[in-house]
Amino acid sequence: MNTGFWSLDATWWPYVFILVAGWLATDIWRFLGVFLSDRLTEESEALIFVRSVATALVAGVIAKLIVFPGGALAAAPMALPLAAVAAGMGFFWGVRRNLFLAILAAEAVLVGGSLLL
Amino acid sequence: MSDRHGSVEEDAVERPARYWVLRGIAGIVSVPPLILVSAFIGFGALARDTGLDLGHTVVMTGMVWALPAQIVLIGAISAGTGIAATIAAVTLSSVRLLPMTMSVMPLMRTEKTPRAVLLWLSHYIAVTAWVEAMRKLPALPRSARVPYFAGFGTTLILLNLCAVSTGYLMAAVVPPHIAAGLAFLTPVYFLISLSAAAQLTADRAALALGLVFGPVFHLVAPEFDLMWTGLVAGTLAFLVHRWRRRR
Repeated sequence: MNTGFWSLDATWWPYVFILVAGWLATDIWRFLGVFLSDRLTEESEALIFVRSVATALVAGVIAKLIVFPGGALAAAPMALPLAAVAAGMGFFWGVRRNLFLAILAAEAVLVGGSLLL
Repeated sequence: MSDRHGSVEEDAVERPARYWVLRGIAGIVSVPPLILVSAFIGFGALARDTGLDLGHTVVMTGMVWALPAQIVLIGAISAGTGIAATIAAVTLSSVRLLPMTMSVMPLMRTEKTPRAVLLWLSHYIAVTAWVEAMRKLPALPRSARVPYFAGFGTTLILLNLCAVSTGYLMAAVVPPHIAAGLAFLTPVYFLISLSAAAQLTADRAALALGLVFGPVFHLVAPEFDLMWTGLVAGTLAFLVHRWRRRR
């Protein structure tokens, strides 16, 4: 049986999907954190492992958004978002550690590039 | 003033909780919330690209309140992933909320703070609110911390519900180049801020390996690519960390 977000033709289903797969799946960690806050330490090996898995997962999603973008970016050549990301990272680590300016640099390459191409 | 710290402690006795709530609300006027607002404007545009309603987008932002988890959720929605696999992927992607919450709670609680209040405030924990809490709370008198964080967190969430709606609505009216730029804010913001926040070898290795394995697993195993990326790249990163520590 298909249980995807779009699988049921009912207004309530997407909200149930968001509630269970979104709210419950995130707040369970926050609530656990409240209950466990006096027992575990942030330096324990188990938490380092668990955080590595979480970081890798988020990094994977970011890479997918950059390499296989949807919507308005899907038509652009793959090199453009890669060049934009390189500009942002290059600015942040090479020029100045300013998140705002680094994002601006990446956006300038992306929007400028898509206007020229 | 030499007795400045002492006078702050005195203020705590005199000032009502309402004062600290207002101070928390005023705390919104700084650079990290501004960056978060631009990221949520971008997320609104991304959600529209995925085909979500404005209602879905706003409810998701308020209920999940963690941009990485929301990106995973959006990814699963656009791939048509079933609810069980989506729960697994979103749960895995938000494990970091556990250590983040665990590190803030001891800063915030007093003996009198009801657990229900801590559970409510824990919902506000995400990267921006966490950084703000770690930065600001230790300097405040203990009794001021819960009202300060309540004021800050509530304002931050409401502001970003407006931001995500604005991004969603803007994506329809701006030229496609600008819409592409808005949708691109999210991956750029996270890539750079994650790379800046990665302190441990394990964090850096996980970031680098995840970036490589994400697209690879998307091509090899599109159904469960997120979980595979997390488990394989995360385990490898942890092994790198163990290996580096032993040497």
